[in-house]
Amino acid sequence: MSLSLDQVRRIAELSRIELAPGEAERSREQLNGIFGLIEAMQAVDTAGVAPMAHARDLAQRLREDRVSETDRHADFQKVAPEAEAGLYLVPKVIE
Amino acid sequence: MIHASLKELAAALAGKKISSVELTSLHLERIVRLNPQLNAFITVDPEKSLAMARAADARLARGEGGPLTGIPLAHKDIFCAEGWLTTCGSKMLSNFVSPYDATVIERFKAAGTVTLGKTNMDEFAMGSSNETSFYGPVKNPWDTAAVPGGSSGGSAAAVAARLAPAATGTDTGGSIRQPAALCGLTGLKPTYGVVSRWGMIAFASSLDQAGPMARSAEDCALLLNAMAGFDPRDSTSLERPAEDYAGDLEKPLAGLKIGLPKEFFAEGLSAEVAQAVEAAIAEYRRLGAVTVEVSLPNMKLSVPAYYVIAPAEASSNLSRFDGVRYGHRAPQYGDLADMYCKSRAQGFGAEVKRRILIGTYVLSHGYYDAYYLQAQRIRRLIATDFSQAFKSCDLIMGPTSPTAAFALGAKAADPVQMYLSDIYTIAVNLAGLPGMSIPCGFGAGKRPVGLQIIGDYFAESRMLNAAHQYQRATDWHARAPEL
Repeated sequence: MSLSLDQVRRIAELSRIELAPGEAERSREQLNGIFGLIEAMQAVDTAGVAPMAHARDLAQRLREDRVSETDRHADFQKVAPEAEAGLYLVPKVIE
Repeated sequence: MIHASLKELAAALAGKKISSVELTSLHLERIVRLNPQLNAFITVDPEKSLAMARAADARLARGEGGPLTGIPLAHKDIFCAEGWLTTCGSKMLSNFVSPYDATVIERFKAAGTVTLGKTNMDEFAMGSSNETSFYGPVKNPWDTAAVPGGSSGGSAAAVAARLAPAATGTDTGGSIRQPAALCGLTGLKPTYGVVSRWGMIAFASSLDQAGPMARSAEDCALLLNAMAGFDPRDSTSLERPAEDYAGDLEKPLAGLKIGLPKEFFAEGLSAEVAQAVEAAIAEYRRLGAVTVEVSLPNMKLSVPAYYVIAPAEASSNLSRFDGVRYGHRAPQYGDLADMYCKSRAQGFGAEVKRRILIGTYVLSHGYYDAYYLQAQRIRRLIATDFSQAFKSCDLIMGPTSPTAAFALGAKAADPVQMYLSDIYTIAVNLAGLPGMSIPCGFGAGKRPVGLQIIGDYFAESRMLNAAHQYQRATDWHARAPEL
């Protein structure tokens, strides 16, 4: 398996990572090396093997629907790149 | 004092032979003197550390101290610590002062320990050499031309160089055990779910687990006593009765059955590591253990499966870094999508981007079954291999890493070679088992070699017992690098 340059650009776009000029070419080479390593999986017959998503088979715990945390709005927004009046600021989304 | 065990330090503190302020200052001075050549710490804040030390001294004076009260510890910069810069080794979080404490930090605070600083690490814990850090590589205190291992390389170097009595680490594919091996330390990755992941910046959530890095098994046991426990804020935290991990240390090893996986002693293992590990196993036989050959036939598939599962989880976890709520935002951008793309392009380093791209690809439409589901099926095969092996042995032993520490820069340009340095550790994370590394000798140029001990689920006490008995009979763990 080998990724095309277009595929690299597409997954970078899906990942929301801008590629610098020439970066798609460099990434492609390294990604293909890694996929070469991953490819060893494909030769294994896993028919009938249940996928293992997690180390331990756990059921999700439920808790009562009640307030358990204090309001630390201001503390958490202090580390935001841009916040105003309790809101996070981003470029205009709707014209 | 810098070579003392945690138990000895606790006794000295309780007996007023030294104060926590003095002990903390001693280590802070060593950090000032030696950190410039090692780069083990990202953040040191003496004022904060000394305030914690004063509080610990007051607590000790009131007679309310516990086994760790007043002891200074270094924390991997992956743990959120309130009021401390918490970078995860990334430019993305280079301006992030955490507004809250991770559960691990909270528990150590409750125990009265002092935070000495935040240690360097591979960016977002993605690396095996500590060379992917935005803050530059860490040097191995045994040989500053060599890597300390990764991703908990700063914690390993700090403890080995006696800049801290002990430290915390995290292990997703070997990030506690491999640097412990390469720096001559004892490091333990507990069973998945034993230590809370809350406030620990997520890499691959189904694999990440925090644990202690110290100079001896006894120290690790005392640290794990403070770290382990149920946490309702981590949905995968396990509800189990509290355990004293130091309780079984003194048990004799007579009759202990050690499984030696033949796949661990095959092609790819360096001669010097093989020799040191075999000598350690011979020592275990002298201590009364018996050895049996076991097999982990799917182990060679652990690296391929891991490099699907871990990047898949990482691509999802790291989508939170969007330049909106915290972390780096590009100084210039157009629309919202452009802001995301530029902030992430600038904030993440090359290895992190690679893993996000792999993860995005293997989760994308048309490739999910062939990669992600296949990797999860192989994960099941690997876990089954271990449960088969544990039918005929109590613990599994083998090398932690195929080689001793490699030279800085030796593998930095070749991700595949770097990934293969975790060939013996990754399977343990995939299965969710506990694993540890203890020092068992040296290779060329005084570079340490680690013996890996793998237990069945919740076998931490037994592993620590086996490690402690070995450390009573040998002195590899007590050796210190000359700096």
